[in-house]
Amino acid sequence: MEKHVVVILPHPDDESFGAAGTIAEFRSQGIPVTYLCGTLGEMGRNMGNPPFANRETLPEIRKQELKNACDVLDMDLQMLGYRDKTIEFEDRTEVANHLQRILEDVKPSLVITHYPGYAVHPDHNALGAAAIQAVEQMEEDHRPVVWAQAFARGFQEKLGNPDVINDVEAYFETKMEAILCHQSQAGGIIGKLKDYKELGAEVLQEAKTRFGKEVFFIWKFQ
Amino acid sequence: MKPIQIELVQQWLDKFTNQTVYIHVETTNGAYASHLDEKAYNVGAYVRNVQITYNQAKIVGEGNAYRIGLKTSNGWIYAEGLTDWTIHEGSKILLAGHDREGRLMVALQISETPFDY
Ligand SMILES: [Zn+2]
Repeated sequence: MEKHVVVILPHPDDESFGAAGTIAEFRSQGIPVTYLCGTLGEMGRNMGNPPFANRETLPEIRKQELKNACDVLDMDLQMLGYRDKTIEFEDRTEVANHLQRILEDVKPSLVITHYPGYAVHPDHNALGAAAIQAVEQMEEDHRPVVWAQAFARGFQEKLGNPDVINDVEAYFETKMEAILCHQSQAGGIIGKLKDYKELGAEVLQEAKTRFGKEVFFIWKFQ
Repeated sequence: MKPIQIELVQQWLDKFTNQTVYIHVETTNGAYASHLDEKAYNVGAYVRNVQITYNQAKIVGEGNAYRIGLKTSNGWIYAEGLTDWTIHEGSKILLAGHDREGRLMVALQISETPFDY
C-alpha cells in the first residue's frame, strides 16, 4: 500500500482528465495525495463557451477551478508558479531541484507525472522530464516509484503495453465531477460532457470507455 | 468581453498614442492541433509586457472581425481577426478574436502598466 502519492502535472485539468479515478481510488483507501500543479494554464485558448473569461481573468478563474477539482478529489494542492507554455524553456535542472526539495519534504512513495516525449503538450513533456530528473537526483533508497502517463499518437507501438492499467469505472462520477470543475475549458470535450447524467446510454458508455481506464508506465531508472 | 464597438475602441487606442505602453500580442491554434488532426500544424506566437510607443493607431473592419495597426517610429504592430473587447481593471484595453466555440485565436492588449503573471 502507498504511503503518500504526489501528482506532478502542468495544467489545471490535467489531473482530472488523466488521473482523477486513480486519485479517487487512493483517497478512498485513506492514502494522502498531493498535487503539484505546474502552471495556471494562463495561456489556454478556451475561455468558456460562450466565453466568460479573457486572457487577463483566466488565471484566477482557472486557479479557482483547480481548487474546486482538488476539493472534489479530496487532495492537497501546491501551485508551482510556472507560466503556461514556458516550462520547456526553463532550466531543466532548476525545475528538477525545485521539485526535489518538495519531494524530500513530502516523502511520497509514488509520483505520477507525464511520460517525457509522449505526452503531446510541450509543458507535459518538460515537467514530466523534470519530475523524473528530480526523483533520479534523490538517493536511490529514498526514491518514490514513478508512474508516467503517455498519450501521444502511437505511444503503444513505441513503448509497449502500460505497466499499470487502472480500471476506474467505480470512480467515474467523481472523475466527471472533477472534470466539470474546469468550466472555462468547456469549449472542448467538457462542453459535450456537461450534462453527462442525461446522456443516452450509448454516449455514457462511450465516455466510460474513454475515461474508465487510466494507464501508466512504471519508470525504469538506470 | 463584448463585440467590438469600433468608435469606442478607436477612442481608447488614441488615448495611448505617444505614451510608453505595455503590449500583449498573441495568436494560437492550440497545443493539440496536430494531435487531434495529423495534417494540422501547431502554430502560435506571443509577446507579453513589451514596452512600445506608437504614434498612430487605427482599427479597421466591418461585420464582426476587425484589424488593428499600431505605427511606431520604426515599425508596426498588427493584429487581424479581432472580434471582442473589454476594459480590464478600468485602464487596460483587451481585444481578442474568438472562434465559434469561444476559443481565443488572436489577442491584442495595451496597458500603461504591466500585465500580471
Ligand atoms: Zn495539460
